[in-house]
This record gives sequence, structure tokens and C-alpha cells, in this order.
Amino acid sequence: MGKTLFEKIWESHIVVEKQNEPDLIYIDRHLVHEVTSPQAFDGLRMNNRKVRRPDLTIATMDHNVPTSDRSLPILDQTSAVQIKTLENNCKDFGIKLFDINSPNQGIVHVIGPQLGITLPGSTIVCGDSHTSTHGAFGALALGIGTSEVEHVLASQTLWLEKPKTFEVRVEGKRKNPHAVTAKDIILSIIKNIGTAGGTGTVIEYRGEGIRDLSMDQRMTICNMSIEGGARAGLVAPDQKTFDYLRGREYTPKNYDSLVDSWKDTLKTDSDATFDKQFILDINDIAPQVSWGTNPEMTCNVDEPIPSSDEFSNGNANQKKGAEKALEYMDLESGTMIEDIKIDRVFIGSCTNARLEDLIEASKIVQGQKVASNVKAMVVPGSQMVKKQAEEMGLDKIFIDANFEWRAAGCSMCLGMNPDILSPGERCASTSNRNFEGRQGNGGRTHLVSPVMAAAAAINGHFVDVRKLDLN
Amino acid sequence: MKPFENVKSIVTPFDKVNVDTDQIIPKQFLKLVQKSGFGKFLFFNWRYDENENIKSDFILNDPKYDGSKILVVGDNFGCGSSREHAVWALDDYGFSVIISSSFADIFFSNCFKNGILPISLEPKIVAKLLQETSPIEVDLENQIIITSSEDISFKINSHKKKILLEGLDDIAQTFQFEDKISEFEEKSTVPSVL
Repeated sequence: MGKTLFEKIWESHIVVEKQNEPDLIYIDRHLVHEVTSPQAFDGLRMNNRKVRRPDLTIATMDHNVPTSDRSLPILDQTSAVQIKTLENNCKDFGIKLFDINSPNQGIVHVIGPQLGITLPGSTIVCGDSHTSTHGAFGALALGIGTSEVEHVLASQTLWLEKPKTFEVRVEGKRKNPHAVTAKDIILSIIKNIGTAGGTGTVIEYRGEGIRDLSMDQRMTICNMSIEGGARAGLVAPDQKTFDYLRGREYTPKNYDSLVDSWKDTLKTDSDATFDKQFILDINDIAPQVSWGTNPEMTCNVDEPIPSSDEFSNGNANQKKGAEKALEYMDLESGTMIEDIKIDRVFIGSCTNARLEDLIEASKIVQGQKVASNVKAMVVPGSQMVKKQAEEMGLDKIFIDANFEWRAAGCSMCLGMNPDILSPGERCASTSNRNFEGRQGNGGRTHLVSPVMAAAAAINGHFVDVRKLDLN
Repeated sequence: MKPFENVKSIVTPFDKVNVDTDQIIPKQFLKLVQKSGFGKFLFFNWRYDENENIKSDFILNDPKYDGSKILVVGDNFGCGSSREHAVWALDDYGFSVIISSSFADIFFSNCFKNGILPISLEPKIVAKLLQETSPIEVDLENQIIITSSEDISFKINSHKKKILLEGLDDIAQTFQFEDKISEFEEKSTVPSVL
């Protein structure tokens, strides 16, 4: 019987295999950031251990960094200590670091692909659940905890139980691909499978609807695999993948011969089977807006907020969850999504802050002004995205419309830096989690695509972007 | 890691589904660079109001549950962020067993790295344990939960059980396979980054 892409990558990375126990899996790339690594480096020190393969390890600082003027000192002392700690750890253990002043600094999942560090068929880990992003390149990319970070630093391996396989097939063609985006596809998938729908599995996204997507869009899809509970998500590499990575700063010298070896092998065999399957038809899909406090609490932009009964389908715990969520969000079921007014707009995060996201959002913003009651910001995913956007004049479009144009970092996706919502503020956000307090204690997050966020900024409330001329 | 010891305690019943790690330990506490002292920040935004006064209606603030070592929770506990700080906070607060009908993958794995036992049970049994007011005993060696009215057996992967019972250092275990790792590296075709 044939094998899935995931199974092929897994099997080619087994160092030790035992019956009824986890496999020891080799890790090709380890990405490190300031929040989940200090305790791991401490563990190495306490046990007199070194980093086994500094040449497979790359670090940057993204979660804590201020996105305002980078020439100023970091005011938050605990953030400053954490950032300094990463600098010291990288120096002590010989790890390459893109620090706050590096032109390569940025959100770890944006810079990996952009620098050619992410490779098809490889195993990639990072102490961050959105590591699944790199799966867009046909890599097996897993988010891990700090103990596992320490384990990989010390041994370049991890003991892992083999996940099950989950095929998510996206069929059909979107009628208006500028209005209905990759974000709407992944939110629709999560709305259907639920936040625990992928638990214990690795998702492979397949079908025409995935093949049609650019690499930036495929990263948005894979990024949110964890929001569906999956261990990882991946897309088989194709010509788009190979072209994207060619000639980047850290793309291997023997890239063309690597591509030759990948072309025949990095795909799911036609006779392979999956443990689980979900099919989404995107012919008539609408832009999505989350209304609750987890990503499955999402509906179409032209729909009313469902009642807790409609949402929960008879499950008492889900009903209670929906009621709590509506209370936290200060929303009532039956309210039309387009009638929800917003206070803040955040265009950023490892989900939606790549160049294409900013280009698409800028088309809505061009020549317009942010509504007077709304504060809006754009936080590019990396300093390189920022520079590319500025070369195209996108910064001017956003600034002229009264958006703030910031430096790269995770920023208001999780509010570890000064970019946070105030209690009660409502935000249209291109990030990945609408959990209670995620963007600031008491803040209310609605997950949307970059074009939906941009349109909400201009109008002061959600708008169905299919009604706008986006071509 | 400390070896897991059998636990006898009353349960803290926290009947909520999809509790994410952002709630277990909010972002403002992820800036610390050590592993200790996170217990006082556990469920911070649910335990305290904006002026850091105790919210009396939150379960952990009910003195009835002081000293409880067993947390019983709803489905999909620990979803979202990979932050191991969530497990450090639960551990430091005093919980050593967490019982649910399902756990998110990364959180589940993080528990075993810190000597915490997550137990998955049928939703029906979890619902019953949420009502349990007498102390219960969790015996890992025999994979059994002893309540005032019945014995409930639970499943655990034998490898994970061994790690908890012996408090094994994962990395030291792995170093026994160093020759295998080197062998793998010699034949690997994935080039270095640098």
C-alpha cells in the first residue's frame, strides 16, 4: 500500500524505532525565540550540556519586541531581560541570532521561509504552536514545549509518537479570490472540524483549492492547523514551492539537485489512505468572521451570530461555552455581523503579515481614511517584508489612511509587547486566536482576513468585501 | 524530574470545555526566564479582577478546594499555545493529576516532562468525577482511580508511565543512542543552515 507524504517524511527521519514506544525522530531545523527558550538553555547549563548542532539552529526575537521606534531602549524591564537572555544564550552556545537590529529579524515563522531555512521534506521544530506554518513547504513542522526545546538543543532529536493522518481536501474555485482568501478557507475548515477536530493528527491539505494558492496563502492555511487541534499541517511541494525557495539567503548551494530528488518523492502515493478525511467545497464560500472566544466560533460575514443552540447542536458543554463566549464578547445571537462596530484593527501576525497580505489589504485602503472612531495598525511579519512593502510604497498608502506602520514582531497577536487592547475594546484582527484576553485583558477579538480587516478599518464595522471592487 | 507518587485528595471540579493555555497562564507571565513560581499566576484573569482582587465566584478561590491536587476539567483542555508555562503553573499551584475527556496534544506532552499525570477518561466518567466530593486516590502503578463508590481504571502508554514513575531524565535516556544519532547524521541529505 502507498504512503502519505507525512509518513514518508516521518520514516526518513527515524533514528531509533521501538515497538509500542515513541520513535526517536531527527530534527533538521530548530528555530528558537526568546519566550520559550530561557529555561531550556538553563537546563543545558545545569547539566553541563552543549548544543549538538548549532549549524541547524537559528534564533530570533519576535514575541516581546516593541514595534515602535527601534532606536529607543525597551521600556518593559522584564521584556528587556528576556531579550538580553536570548542574546547571551546564543553567544554562549554558538547559535546564529537575528537580533532586534538585524534586517532579517521578524516573526520566526515568517523569516524561516523567507530566508530559505525552511525546506521541503525536512523536520522543523520551534517552541511555538504556529510552527505548523512551515508545513506549507512540505515540511513536517511541529510546535513543542520548552522541555522538548532543551531536548532538541542537546540531541537534535525528539521522542515522538507517530500521529494519525488527516486529509483535508479543498475542492472547487473561489469566485472572487481577492475577497475570499486563504484565511476564509482555514476558518471555514476549523468551523467545521472544531478546535479539537485534528487532535492527534497531521493534516495534509490537498485538492484544487490548495494547489491554486500562492505560497504566502498556503502558509496562512498551515499556520492555523493548530487551531483545529492538529499536531501539524502540510501541503505537498510543487513548482510554486521550489520557485519560492530558490536563491534565498540560506537556500542550500545544491538546491537544484535537492529539488530533483524532492520532485518524485515528496507526495502522497495515489493508493495511500488517510485515517480521517474532511472535504470543503469553496465554490460558494463567504468571507469569515469569528464571533466567539475560540476559532471554531466563526460564521459567514453575511450571516447573523448563531444562537447557542444552533452553534452547539445539542451538546450541553458547547452550549454553555457559546453562552459564555457571547457574554465575554458582549454580543447577542441574531446580530448581523456587518452591524458589529469595531474600535481597533490589527493587520499582522504569523498568520497574515506577509507581503501578499499587505498588498491585498492596501488595495482596500488606497485613497481612503480609517474611520474616525477606529485605531488601526499594520505590523509587517518581518523587517524584510517591511522593506519590500516600503519599496512598493505600501507604507505610504497605509500611513496616508491613518494606519500606524510598525516594525516587525508578534505584536498584538498576543500582546506581550506594549501593543495591546484595553478592556472592552473590540478588534478586527488578522491573527489566529480569539481567546479571552489574548490581545489584552478584557479585549474582544474577531478573526478575519487582511482585506476584511482593512475594510472594517475604513468603515468602522465589518463589511462583506465581496461587495467591493477589488480587481 | 521528581518521580510521580500516588495522590489522594479531593478534586477541584472545573466544568469548562476548550480551556486554552492563554487562560491557564496569561501572556504577561511568559516573560519570566525561570521555571518556578508560576503557581500564583495560574488562571490569573479568572482568579482576579482588573484591580487584582480575588473573584469569589471562581472555583480556585473557593476555600473548599484548598490543597486539592487533582483537577477535573472539560474536553480539549490545554488547547492553543505551546507554552509549557501552563504546566509549570499547574504544578507549582499544587496539581499533580489532571483528568479530562481529552487534552490538546502539546499540553499533554508537556505534562509528562514535568511529572504531571494527565488522565483521559470517557466523558460520562469525567462528568461523574466532577460531582465527586469525597477524596479520591490516583494509583499510577496499578492504573486505577479509587473513589468512595468505585474503582475506575485508566489507560496510559507504558513508556509514559515508566517516565513518570521513575522520574527519568529524557535527555540522559536519549544520549544512550548517541551512536545512532551520529550514524543518522552521516547519511542525512538535509544540508546545514549555515
